[in-house]
Amino acid sequence: MDSLTARRAGRYAALTLLTSVTFGSVAQAAGEVNIYSYRQPYLIAPLLKDFTAKTGIKANVIYAKKGLIERIAVEGRNSPADVLLTVDIGRLTGAVSKGISQPVNSATLNNNIPAAYRDPSGHWFGLTARARVVYASKARVAQNAITYEELADPKWKGKICIRSGQHAYNVALIASMIAHHGEQKAQHWLEGLKANLAQKPAGSDRAQVKGVFSGVCDIAIGNSYYMAKMQTNDKNPEQKQWANAVKLLFPNSEGRGVHINISGIVLAKYAPNKANGIALMEYLSSAAAQKIYAQVNHEYPVRKGVAWSARVKSWGTFKPDPLALEMIARLRKKASELVDKVRFNDGPGS
Amino acid sequence: MRSSLRLGIERLRSAGNLGWSVAALIIAFLAAAPLVAVALIGMQSSGDTWPHLISTVLPSSALTTLELMLGVGVTTLVTGAGTAWLVTMFRFPGRSLFAWLLLVPLAMPTYIIAFCYLDLFDYSGAVQSALRGIFGWQSAADYSFPEIRSVGGGIVVMSFVLYPYVYVTARVSFVHQSVAALEVSRTLGRTAWGTFWSVALPLARPALAAGVTLALMETINDIGAVEFLGIDTLTVNIYTTWLERSSLPGAAQISCIMLLFVFLLISIERAARRRQRFHHTTGTYTALPEQKLGPAAATLAMIACALPIVIGFILPMSVLFDSAFANLAEGLKPDFWRAAGHSLMLALAAASLAVALGLVLAYAIRATRSKLIHAATALASVGYAVPGTVLAIGVLIPLAGFDNSLDAMMRSVFGISTGLLLSGSAAVLVIAYTVRFLAISFGTIDAGFKKTSVNLDGAARTMGATVTQTLLRVHLPIMTPVLGAAGLLVFVDSMKELPATLLLRPFNFDTLATHVYTLASLDLFEDAAMAALAIVVIGLAPVLLMHRAITTGRPGARFMR
Repeated sequence: MDSLTARRAGRYAALTLLTSVTFGSVAQAAGEVNIYSYRQPYLIAPLLKDFTAKTGIKANVIYAKKGLIERIAVEGRNSPADVLLTVDIGRLTGAVSKGISQPVNSATLNNNIPAAYRDPSGHWFGLTARARVVYASKARVAQNAITYEELADPKWKGKICIRSGQHAYNVALIASMIAHHGEQKAQHWLEGLKANLAQKPAGSDRAQVKGVFSGVCDIAIGNSYYMAKMQTNDKNPEQKQWANAVKLLFPNSEGRGVHINISGIVLAKYAPNKANGIALMEYLSSAAAQKIYAQVNHEYPVRKGVAWSARVKSWGTFKPDPLALEMIARLRKKASELVDKVRFNDGPGS
Repeated sequence: MRSSLRLGIERLRSAGNLGWSVAALIIAFLAAAPLVAVALIGMQSSGDTWPHLISTVLPSSALTTLELMLGVGVTTLVTGAGTAWLVTMFRFPGRSLFAWLLLVPLAMPTYIIAFCYLDLFDYSGAVQSALRGIFGWQSAADYSFPEIRSVGGGIVVMSFVLYPYVYVTARVSFVHQSVAALEVSRTLGRTAWGTFWSVALPLARPALAAGVTLALMETINDIGAVEFLGIDTLTVNIYTTWLERSSLPGAAQISCIMLLFVFLLISIERAARRRQRFHHTTGTYTALPEQKLGPAAATLAMIACALPIVIGFILPMSVLFDSAFANLAEGLKPDFWRAAGHSLMLALAAASLAVALGLVLAYAIRATRSKLIHAATALASVGYAVPGTVLAIGVLIPLAGFDNSLDAMMRSVFGISTGLLLSGSAAVLVIAYTVRFLAISFGTIDAGFKKTSVNLDGAARTMGATVTQTLLRVHLPIMTPVLGAAGLLVFVDSMKELPATLLLRPFNFDTLATHVYTLASLDLFEDAAMAALAIVVIGLAPVLLMHRAITTGRPGARFMR
């Protein structure tokens, strides 16, 4: 070892010591992949375990609900992030427009993921799809088909529960209404929906279903996988009763199709473990990973030919809205403004 | 201009204050850096954010925020000051137990109590379901029940976990008060109640103002409880503007205007008591005269002290309790212990740092009476009112900027990369907590100093002590309870800090608060309960210590025994 490398090694050792003294050194060594995740670690844990078992690559995770895109941007070229996982199309395109992504050209990804669920230029890839569905009271709602448009019909006055209009899932749904009907009609629709609310829009998707269970409303709007999450909740068996009180309806399934959102992944621009990042992306699109998504999370795998979970199958098939996801992402801002404009979150009677 | 600056520096140096002034300015500058970063983001164009907001939700959401602040301000003041007075001045059964139990709700995160109250009091909740069962009501149309998803609900939920800020500062102030002033008041014919109103309360004003300010800033920056309860505050709009309309500049601008407002509020309160002095002038310390209450009064006092604890702690815990114990074994996994270790270490580090820095700031203001330092400190401490995630980004910008410059330099000079030295490690969390909670330590210590006579400094200096010696030998011994109170508040707040921790933490790193949150955001409050309880239990140890420090810390207490 010559003196220069020795000195370098010495400095490096000192710095390593310094970083480890401030506990938690940056993981950049070979054989790792660094994940910034908007998805709960709980949901991706089984996937990462399987990934590490298959590849020997260790997965490090930071989970936060807000601000990860900004964190990567501020960290700049030294950002340890290899990939970013999101739960909504808006965050995927947001990451791209913030300039923190890089394109991936992988035959594996392009084969595994249908074109509708990925960016044509390879900046983002969808991994799972979820439908925004109607949970209707078994006891009080007779009909077995419904449309989003119909939710504004006065016959539902005081009968609908929904979470905050400014939640990403609802903003995306409203954006799809703008795409289909134009801003003006979408606004009328949103005003009608607001007038039909049973209570102020707040709480989680599951809390709305609880509302149907307890009788505060007849209809709740929520993501599809929550049905399974409630049905299989052994920790809080009361949720099984909530699920038991409702039937799951796919709105517009007979017509223009059910509103779909995706969870997805982006390769970070300065990914220090780029190869490992791409390996993870490819793994998540593999049949094995897509099966875990389907079985454990009860989401719809984007990959063709992967079986849905038995529960998901029991809700039946449906026609998804063919509207381009980029379109929904583009109309998000308008949709969010509409929510403010009609004072949606003030609730009924305001 | 230059000569007047030189003159000023010369004057400070001859008074022995130069070092303190420089140190205070550097601290204030560093603590204000994240706010400056937020302000700089706000300088970018935010497109049509403002026309949209003003024509839609802004007026009503500003009003909602004000209503919430007013409600929380009044409720925390009455609850905090009232209970502090009761446990300090009167003897009744359970008093010493109440004295520290009253601190416990501080450990309850707002989003947990909001969840619990929703679970108890909304239409689907246990209370209304029971009422429907008892009276045979069929639907909401058959009866009326206060809506928990409302500003009123928010006021209750927040006030009863935030009043301890007022309680702590008020109690320290009451314990330190002059018996002479109280006795004069009684001699002149005031009743015990009248003495409280016209003597003790006005004398405690700096402490009460500090406590209420903290409670209000916490109210403003809250996102957890208001989201649960559907209360449309300005902070909710900050997040919507940023996340759903992708305008971080717009969000930063709303934050800055909110800050300006808080800054104004603090300045008005300070200006109103500018010419007043709040310390006592005698050097005689006798034990506080404690009045023994009769059975009826004692019962009332016990109820008054029990109520805040029930509302702010026991009731919400009762929602979590069953499931917490049902899932006990599951909750106490190694993950949990690791998270607890992280929380303890970070909170201890942040509390020590915040108290040390807050002490420097408060003492520099006292020693120099410099308006510049005063203004810089006030600016640095309004950071507390900024929503946590926004402040976290503000913290990250200068730190990552520093890291990246250092890295670039090291690469070009030595050919090695230092990476994200500070912003990539847990150090960033200690820094973020310190910045965020400096307002707490500074406010508490500053209020404590206001209770200490300037004659003490004068006497010490006359006898030849330097400014620094005066602090070490005169102030520190009598300020111990105040410093303890400041440390306690920062410690507990750091333990439950969530938004900045979530965003800034290193890989695979959990604190108790993020552990609770991760489970809670899955609607698995049952699992989260154990960790939530742990925040409280671990928060209790310092509460107990603190409580001892407050009660044994009365000046002269040593000599009276």
